[in-house]
Amino acid sequence: MNPFTYERAADGAAAIRLVSDNRQAKYLGGGTNLVDLMREQVERPKLLVDVTALSREIEAREDGSVLIGAGATNTAVAADRTVRERFPLLSRAILAGASGQIRNMATVAGNILQRTRCTYFYDEAARCNKREPGAGCDAIDGVNRIHAILGASPSCVATHPSDMCVALAALDAVVHVQGPGGDRTVKLVDLHRLPGGRPDIETVLDAQDLITGVELPALGFAWRATYRKVRDRASYAFALVSVAAMVDVQGGTIRDVRLALGGVAHKPWRAWKAEEALRGRLATRESFAQAAEAELADAAGLRDNAFKIELAKRCIVATLGDLIGETA
Amino acid sequence: MTSIQDAAQSLLKTAIGLVPARWLPGGSPDPLMQKHGLIGAPVSRLDGALKVRGKARFAAEVPMQGLTYAALLHSTVARGRIVALDISAAEAAPGVVFVMTYRNAPRMASPALMNTKPKAAGTSNLPVMQDAEIHWNGEPVAVLLADTQEQADHAVTLIRVTYETAPAITDFDAAKGSTRVPANILGEPPSIERGNAEATLVQAAFQVDCTYATPAHNHNAIELHAATLAWEGDKLILHDATQMVNNVAWTLSQIFGIKEEQVHVRSPYVGGGFGGKSLWNHQILAAAASRVSGRPVRIMLPREGVFRSVGGRTMTEQRVALGARSDGKLTALIHTGTAAMTPHNECPEQFSFPARHLYAAENIMIAQRVADMNIVANTFMRAPGESIGTFALECAMDELAEAMQIDPIELRRRNEPAKDPTSGNEFSSRHLTEAYGRGAEQFGWEKRSATPGARRDGEWLIGMGMATATYPYYRMPGGAARIRLTADGRATVSTAAHEMGMGTATVQTQHIAERLGLAMDQVVFEHGDTALPPGSMAGGSSQTASIAAAIIAAHDAFKAALLKLVGNDSPLAGLKPDAVEARDGGLCSSEEPDKHETYVSILRRAGREELVAEASAPPPLEAQEFSMHSYGAQFCEVRVSEITGEVRVSRFLGSFDCGRILNAKTAASQFRGGIIMGLGLALMEETHRDPRTGRIMNPSLAEYHVPVHMDVPKIDVIWTDIPDPHSPLGAHGIGEIGITGVGAAVANAVYNATGKRIRKLPISLDKLL
Ligand SMILES: Cc1cc2nc3c(=O)[nH]c(=O)nc-3n(C[C@H](O)[C@H](O)[C@H](O)COP(=O)(O)OP(=O)(O)OC[C@H]3O[C@@H](n4cnc5c(N)ncnc54)[C@H](O)[C@@H]3O)c2cc1C
Ligand code: SF4
Repeated sequence: MNPFTYERAADGAAAIRLVSDNRQAKYLGGGTNLVDLMREQVERPKLLVDVTALSREIEAREDGSVLIGAGATNTAVAADRTVRERFPLLSRAILAGASGQIRNMATVAGNILQRTRCTYFYDEAARCNKREPGAGCDAIDGVNRIHAILGASPSCVATHPSDMCVALAALDAVVHVQGPGGDRTVKLVDLHRLPGGRPDIETVLDAQDLITGVELPALGFAWRATYRKVRDRASYAFALVSVAAMVDVQGGTIRDVRLALGGVAHKPWRAWKAEEALRGRLATRESFAQAAEAELADAAGLRDNAFKIELAKRCIVATLGDLIGETA
Repeated sequence: MTSIQDAAQSLLKTAIGLVPARWLPGGSPDPLMQKHGLIGAPVSRLDGALKVRGKARFAAEVPMQGLTYAALLHSTVARGRIVALDISAAEAAPGVVFVMTYRNAPRMASPALMNTKPKAAGTSNLPVMQDAEIHWNGEPVAVLLADTQEQADHAVTLIRVTYETAPAITDFDAAKGSTRVPANILGEPPSIERGNAEATLVQAAFQVDCTYATPAHNHNAIELHAATLAWEGDKLILHDATQMVNNVAWTLSQIFGIKEEQVHVRSPYVGGGFGGKSLWNHQILAAAASRVSGRPVRIMLPREGVFRSVGGRTMTEQRVALGARSDGKLTALIHTGTAAMTPHNECPEQFSFPARHLYAAENIMIAQRVADMNIVANTFMRAPGESIGTFALECAMDELAEAMQIDPIELRRRNEPAKDPTSGNEFSSRHLTEAYGRGAEQFGWEKRSATPGARRDGEWLIGMGMATATYPYYRMPGGAARIRLTADGRATVSTAAHEMGMGTATVQTQHIAERLGLAMDQVVFEHGDTALPPGSMAGGSSQTASIAAAIIAAHDAFKAALLKLVGNDSPLAGLKPDAVEARDGGLCSSEEPDKHETYVSILRRAGREELVAEASAPPPLEAQEFSMHSYGAQFCEVRVSEITGEVRVSRFLGSFDCGRILNAKTAASQFRGGIIMGLGLALMEETHRDPRTGRIMNPSLAEYHVPVHMDVPKIDVIWTDIPDPHSPLGAHGIGEIGITGVGAAVANAVYNATGKRIRKLPISLDKLL
């Protein structure tokens, strides 16, 4: 690890100033990802600006929405009463991730901006376009069991590893951002980028942009929702494939549906095509299967991860089946 | 093992004409063999409280004046040479004391390979940092010392190395194309032919012929490999995390060209060894850097460093073919295959050992080969060979039972041999069918459906499987023990043995107390230090029997010495050592127990402050007379998701036959721990090596999976507890047997649940989709 200085920001504006003044500064959440990457020499900030104390509140609003401070820990969010009552999907997804100790440290913003687990990204000896644009990608023909099947590019086949973000994607969450030019909001589904030719640019945020919170818009009451995660051991492993699903079914017909996948792409993957295929259809296993096929029509497997295509389809069908029951 | 056998052979000559050991035919029986008192009792580990309080001092915690902290730089290519090296930035970094590369490393002899010399501890005989050559991806190319660990870790990243690469063999699939026969497999012949197995196979009424594959595994003991060391003049003081203090001392003395006595190794506590804590580059490099810099050094490999510079279990491809008559008797048993190795070590992974001793096949063919690769030297890892050899053999037995439509246990019963099928020796103690029976009953084996896929709970398919567990009995030659009795009637027993968390010290304290007729708090067991009488290495599940044999020998000497002191006024006057036994803090006549005198009284009357007796264990001749093994039957119930292929083990039971159990609590932990490690082997453990570069891509516990709590169900362990009359204390090894058979029990249960045979470990969900 390189030497660095550590500072605690007094408020958002001060944090932004510190990071704007020092091109090698980074915001620090719980450090569970950033500090690991510093140990591996992947990240080499000269200054860490601790922003965990700035916004830890979880605000339950009258209109049914919730605003979660960016510094709230994963544990606090998952355990929060309002979150559990209004958005149990989010609690479930968070609790499916990492370990109790890590969730105690990890923050909401840090979880959103955590970087890929691609093992070549972690290994300085490997070529990686994300670490060093133009260097090449050793994962594409290497050990790539955990890599992407959707939205990948010839430059990068990495995945975004978060569980929480998959739920946020399904919940239409909105990310609150404070930047040098003022405040703005970005939909979670628009925050992360696909790799394209620049896998090093992972989000639409600038380095100085500070995430201050995440807003969960109010839901109607009719939604049924769940999170299913498939991994290589019973706990403490990243998702090979995960599914966040919400359905609104009436009289055997799917009135509305929201579906997001984890472990499959460079970003939390909102399954727009599957949603489209399901909306207004009868809730049958056949329509679930058709929707899954539609979503994964463009999926492509690599040396080790082709199984994820079938796995994702099965998980979509099974998760919808569990939520809706066997209508037909 | 070669050295063991050599040593045993040479000792055999000297032993002829001596009284046979107590456990050999003709020896006078050990009264403790059957005695139930402290031996067998579920005594909690004596070091437990110390460890919970953080008071047990491990190798990386020993304080030293002026200590420097080491960091290693590892090569990023598998083969080639260093053509440029720039250490200037590193040398200029804050806190840096010394940077060592092949250019300024002292001249050192190459390590002697383990098993080639009685006290050799080397895991590879490659020269260590003596030239520009690179032999594996991850080989240390520089060692840096700094005032703090953080400074060292940072500065080492500033070293720039340029390599010229050479073609390397880093893909097992490619390496398998050119194999060779190793000289021997731990002293045993690499191949055995009894009759004509291939010809019989094709004529057999029932046949299975399958190929199994097992991946590489890395050592991941909780305690990282570590050493704290200093030179005092020409003497090296080394606090190491090792399972072989004497071997490390001897081998280092050869490397540095000094006398064995000039290396003092201490290792009282080790946080898990599993075969991985021997002599690797890090101790050698730290000692060399310390010698040149004149500063004490602490080296603690980070987890990645362990992956890169410490070897583990190697990859294998195995063929098992079985032919049987319609009555279920095996007519042909073939177990052949290839293990990945390097040209610089001797660890061919004895996967064919179980097949040599387990079943009464009329025709047997065993053949092991190795494929050389440019990778870190592989090494022993809990039941090397047997863990993955039983995976192949016991899966094949299940496949045969299925083909014959008979119960898998019944098939094994019908092939229970009367004598060892390859050596022809009598078994010293084999109650495997009893272990099957008791295990099956307690597990509820009769509830297993013979038809795969017959039981389900929602999306979860439920299945049961079983497999035989087996591991050889070893006792290492060369161990000695010293008993020191003091005027207060207390005793200290010393031998350079190893406590790696198994309960060794606790069990030997129980043994000594019982043998001396003292309470446990009146005896101290000293271990883990080359200043003590030489111990044997803690490997091959041999330590308990090895130490026990040394203590029994020392006790014989102790009784003789004590009886010389008693004089004519003692109730013991005139008694011979054979006619007395220990009781109530003293000795008594075996015939007339009332004739008793306490140790305190004997020493006081003789005007002695202490009495010291030391002796070496007799050579392990029993293992040449008899076929000696630990046995067991592993039973497993799994649930497999029909949708995702996820496998969850829902119940597990191990039923063991390992001679006499010396401590019910520590033994249960060993069995359970072995089984848990076996669940990892079955379901998830796998070193991901990039076949193009030979680089390990998951050198961290985040990506290298071992079971977490949720992967481990309740595990029941039971045992026969029948003493082997031909081993010290009637005991067999228990440290490694637990992992054997587990892979097959899980795979067979998965088959029973799903109808799918998975012949390649680990049984990850993609294989079941
Ligand atoms: C062994 C292990 C297993 C894990 N398993 C899982 C799993 O199964 N599922 C899962 O979802 N996750 C898992 N994780 C990842 C874990 O969820 C993340 O490490 C964690 O959420 C990151 O949060 P943090 O606060 O520690 O972020 P940090 O490490 O502090 O920061 C991460 C990034 O966010 C940036 N950042 C932090 N706060 C802000 C802010 N307010 N504004 C702008 N930028 C900010 C930092 O600059 C940095 O780039 C695992 C991690 C580990 C180490
Ligand atoms: S997949 Fe992406 S992160 Fe991984 S090595 Fe390739 S470019 Fe780097």
